[in-house]
Amino acid sequence: MTDLTSLTLAEARKGLDSKTFTSLELTDAHLKAIEEARALNAFVLETPDQARTMAREADAKITKGEGGPLAGIPLGIKDLFATKDVRTTACSKILGNFVPPYESTVTSQLWRDGAVMLGKLNNDEFAMGSSNETSCFGPVGNPWRREGSNTTLVPGGSSGGSASAVAALLCMGATATDTGGSIRQPAAFTATVGIKPTYGRCSRWGIVAFASSLDQAGPIARTTRDAAILLRSMAGHDPKDTTSVDIPVPDYEAAIGRSVKGMKIGIPREYRLDGMPAEIEKLWSEGAEWLKAAGAELVEVSLPHTKYALPAYYIVAPAEASSNLARYDGVRYGLRVPGKSIGELYENTRAEGFGAEVRRRVMIGTYVLSAGYYDAYYIRAQRVRTLIKKDFEDCFAKGVHAILTPATPSAAFGIGEKGGADPVEMYLNDIFTVTVNMAGLPGIAVPAGKDAQGLPLGLQLIGRPFDEETLFSLGEVIEQAAGRFTPVRWW
Amino acid sequence: MSVDAATVRRIAQLARIAVTDAEVPHLQGELNAMLDFVEQLSEVNVEGVEPMTSVTPMAMKKRQDVVTDGEIADDIVKNAPATENNFFLVPKVVE
Repeated sequence: MTDLTSLTLAEARKGLDSKTFTSLELTDAHLKAIEEARALNAFVLETPDQARTMAREADAKITKGEGGPLAGIPLGIKDLFATKDVRTTACSKILGNFVPPYESTVTSQLWRDGAVMLGKLNNDEFAMGSSNETSCFGPVGNPWRREGSNTTLVPGGSSGGSASAVAALLCMGATATDTGGSIRQPAAFTATVGIKPTYGRCSRWGIVAFASSLDQAGPIARTTRDAAILLRSMAGHDPKDTTSVDIPVPDYEAAIGRSVKGMKIGIPREYRLDGMPAEIEKLWSEGAEWLKAAGAELVEVSLPHTKYALPAYYIVAPAEASSNLARYDGVRYGLRVPGKSIGELYENTRAEGFGAEVRRRVMIGTYVLSAGYYDAYYIRAQRVRTLIKKDFEDCFAKGVHAILTPATPSAAFGIGEKGGADPVEMYLNDIFTVTVNMAGLPGIAVPAGKDAQGLPLGLQLIGRPFDEETLFSLGEVIEQAAGRFTPVRWW
Repeated sequence: MSVDAATVRRIAQLARIAVTDAEVPHLQGELNAMLDFVEQLSEVNVEGVEPMTSVTPMAMKKRQDVVTDGEIADDIVKNAPATENNFFLVPKVVE
């Protein structure tokens, strides 16, 4: 038998259906891979007993012909998703040993469809970061290294554990969340596929909140098809999230292989940054050529407010975070650091429980919402956000089906290399992805090539609201042309 | 705009995060770096532009005004650092 961990999700599904192997065998192969890959620090909690129980249940259902769309498929879950009776921390000290008595809607749908949980995956604390270095469990290693180098690189973030685990073949797919690029940037850094669906596509219920108007869940997977399979199970209306949209979920997998002939693909001129590395530029034009060869038409488009998306984000996101994170007070759950008064208890708990990045963002958010600054910062940023969204609407109104951009301004970098002196240096990682969250649109990152040092690079496709299908069709064209990229095992 | 040390302390107090005197200069530098970065928004003409309130146009859904949950006090206090008879315990608030 070939190594079961090297299969794609779609291939594994076929093998399970034809009884070539069992879910228990598939699950055990992944549990072994996880054990051997602890150096990557991708998992913050392994749940082998639960995984085997779920695998046995899936096998029983498959035998009876009652297996769901994900029957027996072992997955990793970002530690931002509440999992019933399984510790959920958002990788923050302040949640301590929080054990939710409930299950997030997205994960409950995965289990409904037969998936198996391998464990909880590392992420930046409260999903605030672009390198997975802010986690209270420590940084995650990228399975990719520069050619001829032993330096461990970051997998990107905040869904760094998800991306690393999928790339290292520790799980067949993973849940992730994206507030400013947290699915697409780590996917690009690890040669995996990540999609952030349209705002409202997936329920946010039971996902630890960062910035509620920007947060969306989505999958990180080995192929475009695998991502399509996972998103179908994750998406859907949920009465428990008033922002979740009540429209049918299409069969995304059916979009794989669908012709892209005649589609208009926008190439936004504002994404051509000064000093952009030549290899990113090259990757971008190569991607455009691939789509053209598949019959799509390329058009130059303008999104004039692009450069203001990141600064507006760094007002809106911290403002919402400061409000969402007010709940961590040392009273109802998680860490408590005593104080003489209740005020001191709050202040001591939050000082001890929040890491440096979270504390910084909560403070900036508090400032921009405070009396006298609210209009100048917060309201102005929300006005700019309206303009950013209008840029995209104008572009789509001209018949553009999707927009092609680089996913990140560079390949993965080393642990500790960025953001030490100036936090803004780290924030610039999300320059191409953050516009999509500000406008609530779907965006997919697909591996498209490598840089001169052998590190993966990705391209991003941005779609019309609720048109994830077009992104899957176009993404697969790029995947077919670029091929798949697998890291050389060093761990 | 930039913040001074007194403002950093005031923000920390509003955010209910204890900061030591030694941490203030560092935090001040970081907060000012972020404020410098967002300063470029002042060059955008936002005259007559509505601030965004909902990224996806949607009417707020209303649910039936009925009880859908309850009788789970044990679950609710299960993760609390200190409880007594299903109450959360905090330091004395009223003398």
